[in-house]
Amino acid sequence: MNRSATTVAAVLMVTLFVGSIFALRKVESLRGKEASLEEILYLPSGKVLKRLSLGYSGLLANIYWTRAVQYFGSKRKERATRYDLLAPLLDITTDLDPKLIVAYETGSIFLSQKVPEGAGQPEKAVALVEKGIRENPDNWRLYFTLGFIHYLDRKDFKSAQQAFQKGSEVPGAHPWMKVMAARMAEQGNTTAVALELWNAIYQANKDQMLRETALKHIVSLRATLEMEELSRRIEAYRQKTGVLPSAWGDLVRAGLLRSVPRDPTGSPYRLMTNGVVGVEDPGKFPFLAENTQLK
Amino acid sequence: MHAIEIQGFSKNYAVGFWKKQLQPALRSLNLTVEAGETFGFLGPNGAGKTTTLKLLLGITFPTAGSAKILGKDFRDPEVKSRIGFLPEQPYFYDYLSAPELLDYYAQLSGVPAAGRAQRIQELLQRVGLGDVRNKHLRKFSKGMLQRVGIAQAIVHDPEVIFLDEPMSGLDPLGRHEVRELIQGLKDAGRTIFFSTHILSDAEALCDRVAVIHKGELRGVGVVNDLRSSSADKVEVIWQGAKALPALAGHVPESHVTGDTVRATISAEDLDLVLEKLRQERARLTSVTPLRGTLEEYFLAKTSGTGEERA
Amino acid sequence: MTSRLAAITLNTFREAIRDRVLYNLILFVLLLVASAPLFGAISIDIERLVLVNLSLTSISLFGVIIAIFIGTGLVSKEIEKKTLYTILSRPVRRWEFILGKYFGLLLTLVVNTGLMTLGFYAALLITTHKLTPADARLLVAVYFIILQFLIVTAITLLFSSFSTPIFSAVFSFALFVIGTFAEDLRSFAAMTPGPAGWLATVAGYAVPNFASLNVISQVAHDQPVSGSLIAFNTLYALLYSAAVTAGAVLIFERRNLK
Repeated sequence: MNRSATTVAAVLMVTLFVGSIFALRKVESLRGKEASLEEILYLPSGKVLKRLSLGYSGLLANIYWTRAVQYFGSKRKERATRYDLLAPLLDITTDLDPKLIVAYETGSIFLSQKVPEGAGQPEKAVALVEKGIRENPDNWRLYFTLGFIHYLDRKDFKSAQQAFQKGSEVPGAHPWMKVMAARMAEQGNTTAVALELWNAIYQANKDQMLRETALKHIVSLRATLEMEELSRRIEAYRQKTGVLPSAWGDLVRAGLLRSVPRDPTGSPYRLMTNGVVGVEDPGKFPFLAENTQLK
Repeated sequence: MHAIEIQGFSKNYAVGFWKKQLQPALRSLNLTVEAGETFGFLGPNGAGKTTTLKLLLGITFPTAGSAKILGKDFRDPEVKSRIGFLPEQPYFYDYLSAPELLDYYAQLSGVPAAGRAQRIQELLQRVGLGDVRNKHLRKFSKGMLQRVGIAQAIVHDPEVIFLDEPMSGLDPLGRHEVRELIQGLKDAGRTIFFSTHILSDAEALCDRVAVIHKGELRGVGVVNDLRSSSADKVEVIWQGAKALPALAGHVPESHVTGDTVRATISAEDLDLVLEKLRQERARLTSVTPLRGTLEEYFLAKTSGTGEERA
Repeated sequence: MTSRLAAITLNTFREAIRDRVLYNLILFVLLLVASAPLFGAISIDIERLVLVNLSLTSISLFGVIIAIFIGTGLVSKEIEKKTLYTILSRPVRRWEFILGKYFGLLLTLVVNTGLMTLGFYAALLITTHKLTPADARLLVAVYFIILQFLIVTAITLLFSSFSTPIFSAVFSFALFVIGTFAEDLRSFAAMTPGPAGWLATVAGYAVPNFASLNVISQVAHDQPVSGSLIAFNTLYALLYSAAVTAGAVLIFERRNLK
């Protein structure tokens, strides 16, 4: 064999290939700008795609699900205010594979969450989950998702209660669904119920973005509960001493607290001079303000 | 300067699914061919003839050993423009005509454009394909393809010509024509190295022959020497095995099959043997003079370990 | 060197265009293009759109099929028929042979694409009765299709340099399909943590990327394609196909031919 030709070919192969990766990355970044326009214009219908996929619709559904997640992820990263393509992408995905439960479950929560955590489209989220329930009536978890969206994002407690009730009737449903249906009926909107729902979401899902969102809610809700409790202790102190505490130490000395209270991120709670409790870094509790509206 | 000088060529082929076993196709071959010589490379099928040619032409790479052609390393590209090669039973590009094919090969060998067309026309005349014009090669007969093959091997007027089984697959007329073509190249002073398992071709054309068997060189000889050194012999076949003892001392070699005896005797003893057979009332079947001196040489060199014969 | 390379290129081209199966494919495409106005008549008001999409897609797909069909046999056929012996016994370097085959097949594809594009513009003229500057922009899509051929040809040649035609065809076609979804492959990679994600990332860049070379629907809607995208796509196609061809040379230089 010709050694010099072999060596030259090997060196060229490696160099050119590395070069091609750089060119490709440049192409990708250029296309990123052009693609958004392109995509809106040429979004196909899921039903047409299913025909065109020649029976390989499962694979295509997986590809579209990936695209939906990527789209959502990149939009959220750039803190976009509009998620116009998310609903159609999810619709195509579930047209291609109506049994793709994750697309309904996770996709609908992406849709229903308020901007910038989600698309802020709870009506579309409800439509998506209802489509999922039509296609998969045996899946009690979809009823849970439906109830969750009705309860937390639409504040429609009656619909939420119906969803949990129906879900609990599905064979094999978690008994906890019945409990949730009862809570909806009794208590309406409370921090404790919300926390329980978000905990369920956090534990049942593997999607990283969804878990991050759930975690933010959970810490916010926990902080809300703790701050409510702290407010009650401050009130007890005031009734006991006639003055507002100036620091947490006052409450500890009065035997109302064991130590300086810390929020779920580990920072101490702030005690304002007017006796109101706050958090050190409100940025870490994006849903705190929202929760204070809860009963 | 030798035209071809092979020093210790060895080739192992990896066989088996995982290519772990090594099967030697050629074992340390040493061979020299003089300029202007016509050299026959003889051996049964699978002896290593084609492997040797493929190594010399850079189609496969030797496991060990080297070679010189026209005094230069056999891998030197410059050497390649001075040699020509005809593979065994060649097929060519189906959709080309003979002149197009030769023009392509002439370009690859670096024949200058000037006079190329004329040279190709002359060459086609010479190999008896002067009238094929634009007929595509897929419509050619085997004999025509063989002639195109020879034409492509000499289109660049090479000094050394390698031919792999140039007469195989041809009818008697075709063989005769190819033999004439090779004779013509020989007369023009070219060095010709050709492999064959057809001994009569080698005997008719070659100055020297080498016999290769199972990847090993078994012997090299000058054809004329082989011819003169061997005494004339006659093969006699008759019916009547009981006549054999009476011929003791005159029949050095015999085979008995049932009542039939096949014996090889010296030509001088023929009259005596025939007389004795008459006396013993044996029925004579045939008397054949044995002229195959090269055949004897070949058989001697490939016998013993050789089960397959040409 | 150049004359030998040119000779192999031209011979490859000549063989390919004389192979009649090729004519069948071209005929099929021309028929498709010719029938496009019928499709347009069914879909009211979007004749031009249907014609452009259908024609450019056919040109692209059939070009790929021709490339795989001819490309996979390029080297193996020469070995099988032993014509390679008569070439390698001449002062032809093995890399010259591979490059000649590459350029020959590419030339075939470019000429075919040229012919099919002419047919396409004729059909366009018949359908819309006049050609506008927007129609000239369609040539960008055709140019990108040729860039695709650059890569497909190199891949088929790579497989052909060590495998049988059937396997080469299967591998090449599979890689073409995977390459069409290379962006999605990288998306999968981004979603997958750990070594599997790494592997998918490597695969996403190692396989050819065809998605960015397909702007058919974009030009059909008269969306502009930026000059820098054209430039970097060209650069990518050139670098990638050259790397693959270098790989083919590397394998072929070392190969012991049967």
